[in-house]
Amino acid sequence: MCGIVGLFVLDPGLEPDLGKHFTTMLEEMTARGPDSAGLALYDRSVPAARMRWSLRSDAPETDWLGVLRVVEKGTGQPSNIEVIENIAFLIAVDDEVAVRQALATLTEEQITVVGVGHAMSLIKDIGLPRDICDRYRVPEMSGYLALGHTRMATESAITTDGAHPFSPAPDLALVHNGSFSNHASIRRSLADAGVDCLTDNDTEVAAQFIGYRMSLGDDLEEAMRHVLKEFDGFFTLVVSAERQFSVVRDAFACKPMIIAELPEYIAVASEYHALANLPGIERARVFEPQPEEIHTWTG
Amino acid sequence: MEVKAHPLATADARVLGVTAVNRFLRSLPAGTEVNVTEVRGIHNLGVGLTNSIQINVNGNAGYYLAGLCDGPSFIVNGSVGWGVGENLMSGVVRVRGNASESAAASAHGGLVVIEGDASSRAAISLKGGTLAVAGSVGHMSAFMAQAGTLLVGGDAGDSLGDSLYEAIIYVGGKIRSLGADAQIEEMGEADVALVHQLCAATGFDHIDPNNVSKVASAKQLYNFDALKDQRY
Repeated sequence: MCGIVGLFVLDPGLEPDLGKHFTTMLEEMTARGPDSAGLALYDRSVPAARMRWSLRSDAPETDWLGVLRVVEKGTGQPSNIEVIENIAFLIAVDDEVAVRQALATLTEEQITVVGVGHAMSLIKDIGLPRDICDRYRVPEMSGYLALGHTRMATESAITTDGAHPFSPAPDLALVHNGSFSNHASIRRSLADAGVDCLTDNDTEVAAQFIGYRMSLGDDLEEAMRHVLKEFDGFFTLVVSAERQFSVVRDAFACKPMIIAELPEYIAVASEYHALANLPGIERARVFEPQPEEIHTWTG
Repeated sequence: MEVKAHPLATADARVLGVTAVNRFLRSLPAGTEVNVTEVRGIHNLGVGLTNSIQINVNGNAGYYLAGLCDGPSFIVNGSVGWGVGENLMSGVVRVRGNASESAAASAHGGLVVIEGDASSRAAISLKGGTLAVAGSVGHMSAFMAQAGTLLVGGDAGDSLGDSLYEAIIYVGGKIRSLGADAQIEEMGEADVALVHQLCAATGFDHIDPNNVSKVASAKQLYNFDALKDQRY
């Protein structure tokens, strides 16, 4: 099992409450995935020509201001950083290579890049979904799109790196309920194409595969079609991009997914009770995606 | 908490939680009618009840509503999640909305009525019960169904009746594809009478008993003769 939730807000009036509603949805999926949880949340606060780096440190004490200075020196541009517990959101110049090179010089800080993007914040950790949301102040966050996952690990160890979402490219995040049976062979094909997975996790292979397909020019929906063609196993996948959101289930459709559509928002979840507390849900068109049917929304 | 049973009692699922609601339902004497409110998609509501009571579920229920029941009647004013009426023994479950996957899975008896659509694997492994769906059913419906009846007013998805045993399927609309070892058979008088009777019992007036397709096992996948002369 695993739990998936997603909330794509189309009414700007709901954006300040995104984190609040999303936290309730994620908490409802605790029984499906109590060992770890994660989320990708998209908002409009990052200035133009800048990117937000979601960073995590596994060292007991991290000199985040030192990290900031190294990035500023490496890029030659002023940056800023917001620290919550052992994670930090670094806003730096829109030059992925320069920032990555600067971060790579930090050997002692044990810093992991969890995700990067013009709109995305990516948070994941081990523990109960509600505790993780509270620890990183998710209920206070505003935004227009959030995608989350509660994990019950089956194919690889319970680690923060093995928690979902996986982000293979800027502003792209993927969550998965199910298991892939041919991930090892696809992992090898990706390696041959120069795309390396960072973990042993089967879901990361799908994330890297979609990132790779999109780097070849596929749009999100085309990349999802290639997933259906190449991947064997059980899956409900939800993928978010900066302005897009896509859902697909495998041919057997034995991993659940339910969709609620309203003019104000699109909400998806593994089980209905995760949607039951959303405002206006009684007016929503609620349906299940059919096997191998790709649903994509663009905002 | 002691809850006194009134002719029309109410249980608030949000306040009580599913375990307390089920315990309360179990405690009610035969003939009681009860409303369950604030359902909000909770799982396992009303499972394993053996008392003849009338339960009105006001809202959308989660998984396994009325599973394993042997006696009560349910009316759901909303939709239900996976496995409604799973392993039902007797009684009636009427869902005014839609049902998710595996409706009436493995039901031994009783009647499950879905007034909307049912999703994939409806009536999977049916063992003698009846599932009647006014709308359509999803793929792999009646997979390995052993006994009982599936009535579909609308269309059926892919692989209908795959690996069927003795269960019979009647479809008012189109069949997207038949599963392995399922075949269309001619409607006999007994079939027309049964569909007529089911339409009367369910209130489905949009189905013409003389104009449905019958699907049954072609009996090529399992060998009936293997059990010849054997006793259980």
